[in-house]
Amino acid sequence: MLDLIRIELYKIFKKWRTYIGFIALGVLIPLIHIAMVLEGQSTINFMTRNIQESFVFVGNLLNTYLISYIILTSLAVHIPFLITLVAGDLLAGEATAGTYRLLITRPISRTRLIMSKFIAGLIYTNLLILWLAFLSLIVGYFIFGSGELLIIDGQMIIIFERNDVLWRFILAYGFATLGMTAVASLAFLFSSLVENSIGPIISTMAIIIVFLILSAIQVDFFQDLKPYLFTTHIMSWRLFFENPLDLKEIFNSASNLIIHIIVFFGLTLFIFNRKDILT
Amino acid sequence: MNEQIKVIEIENLNKSFKNLVAVDDLSLTVYKGDVFGFLGPNGAGKSTTIRMLLTLIKPDSGSIKIFGKDLQKERLDILKNVGSIVEKPDFYGYLSAYKNLEILGRISGINVNKNLIMKNLELVGLASRYKSKVKTFSHGMKQRLGIAQALLHNPELIILDEPTTGLDPMGMKEIRDLIIQLSKEFKKTIFLSSHLLNEVEMVANRMIIINKGKTKVEGEVKELLNKNKLSVAFEVENGELTFSVIKDSRWIVFMKSHINNNFEFNLDSKEIPLLNKYLVENGVMINSIIPKRSLEEYFLSITNEASNA
Repeated sequence: MLDLIRIELYKIFKKWRTYIGFIALGVLIPLIHIAMVLEGQSTINFMTRNIQESFVFVGNLLNTYLISYIILTSLAVHIPFLITLVAGDLLAGEATAGTYRLLITRPISRTRLIMSKFIAGLIYTNLLILWLAFLSLIVGYFIFGSGELLIIDGQMIIIFERNDVLWRFILAYGFATLGMTAVASLAFLFSSLVENSIGPIISTMAIIIVFLILSAIQVDFFQDLKPYLFTTHIMSWRLFFENPLDLKEIFNSASNLIIHIIVFFGLTLFIFNRKDILT
Repeated sequence: MNEQIKVIEIENLNKSFKNLVAVDDLSLTVYKGDVFGFLGPNGAGKSTTIRMLLTLIKPDSGSIKIFGKDLQKERLDILKNVGSIVEKPDFYGYLSAYKNLEILGRISGINVNKNLIMKNLELVGLASRYKSKVKTFSHGMKQRLGIAQALLHNPELIILDEPTTGLDPMGMKEIRDLIIQLSKEFKKTIFLSSHLLNEVEMVANRMIIINKGKTKVEGEVKELLNKNKLSVAFEVENGELTFSVIKDSRWIVFMKSHINNNFEFNLDSKEIPLLNKYLVENGVMINSIIPKRSLEEYFLSITNEASNA
């Protein structure tokens, strides 16, 4: 199995599309950093405009934690697109290239083949989030240094001490990986159904957008549905920036995402094991 | 010829796609050491059958045994000993020929090393291009690489689905020579699908002709091609004179058709010079004599029927 995963990773990283996500983040995040160097203080002033009269802010508020939080908030909705570029191609790409025939006529079970591809897809997803964390937190540290994290959420201001932040980010990135794994699983499922990789990318993004729109509509029916949609829980990494932590809510969100991953992967296995390879 | 050990046994195989019957109650047996020609026009059901043999698609009903084992139950064991090319040869174009073979060998669970890969590439004449990306290969080179990957794990049975399609005459000859070499030198059993009767005739010892998913003819190639009488076309100078010479002779019973100066007879090959002599002695000027085997004619007729459908 390990060798199969290595082969799949080798194939993934030999494709140009794999690097689109890394390049996109590698361009976007430094741009955000540059913008923050130039305009960061004005941004903080704008964020705190309503409370400046009541509080005196001391220390370095424009630090890597604040910027990483802003980056995570801004990009979390867009990263699924970068994930689907690869996850949607894992199976459909073989169909398009006609290489299913080479793989399935080998003495390996379809289940092992699917599992190796899925795990390779998960490793890619993890690497992309790690790249995001590296660029945001570590590169940001060398530019902006460390400090307290100031979060303004509606009417609430939360300030985390500098030694109380890093573990929150580590868990938040971990949770973001879980959310992106759910997205990758959905793209992987669509990838098993069609014979070109554009279909899974568009379908996955369409589902995410539709679910997000449904969640935003203030109608009881959709609001009742909202807790069950995996898109609701993709952004639950924010729960790690609450004080105290709402462990029950974190557990609920994680369970929802894990169930979705299991269901999407189970369906992929079921479909692919019965699929006639006609390409 | 062969030891009569059954390598492939297909019984009452059926497969439909919605309303289209692709394979209809097909049965056949391939013995160890056979080069088995699987012949039929385009759309006859050859590729569907091959895909079922390789578990790419599932049959609706019927059974397939390879090496005496049930394909559905012992798929992995069977595929360890089967090499194949299915339709056009597709590879990972962004990888080199060497890397493609290395990956496929590792997936097959064999101990792949440089010697093994280069030996197979040399066999198909691609050793000098081992570093080249497959996307730079011509169709013929991909076809040869296809054979190299099929042989990589030294399988006992090799299934080749139209391996000469799209090749120039030289490329076709190279593939045919390779098939003969694999059979004679390496003692492989080969299941060769083709829509070209002459190709099968040149390399196969046994064959089956299928059309619309059904068996039409099956047996030894030599026997099938020789036992059938030839359909011989005579083109003469004077049709009326020729007919008057024939109508009262014993040759009239062999005459199939007569249109103007063109006559067709069903004859054994030994009878052709006798009829020729008889006509010449009776003053008939003969422009041409074209023998066609009736199996070839039959195959042409079903091929034409398929292409006109």
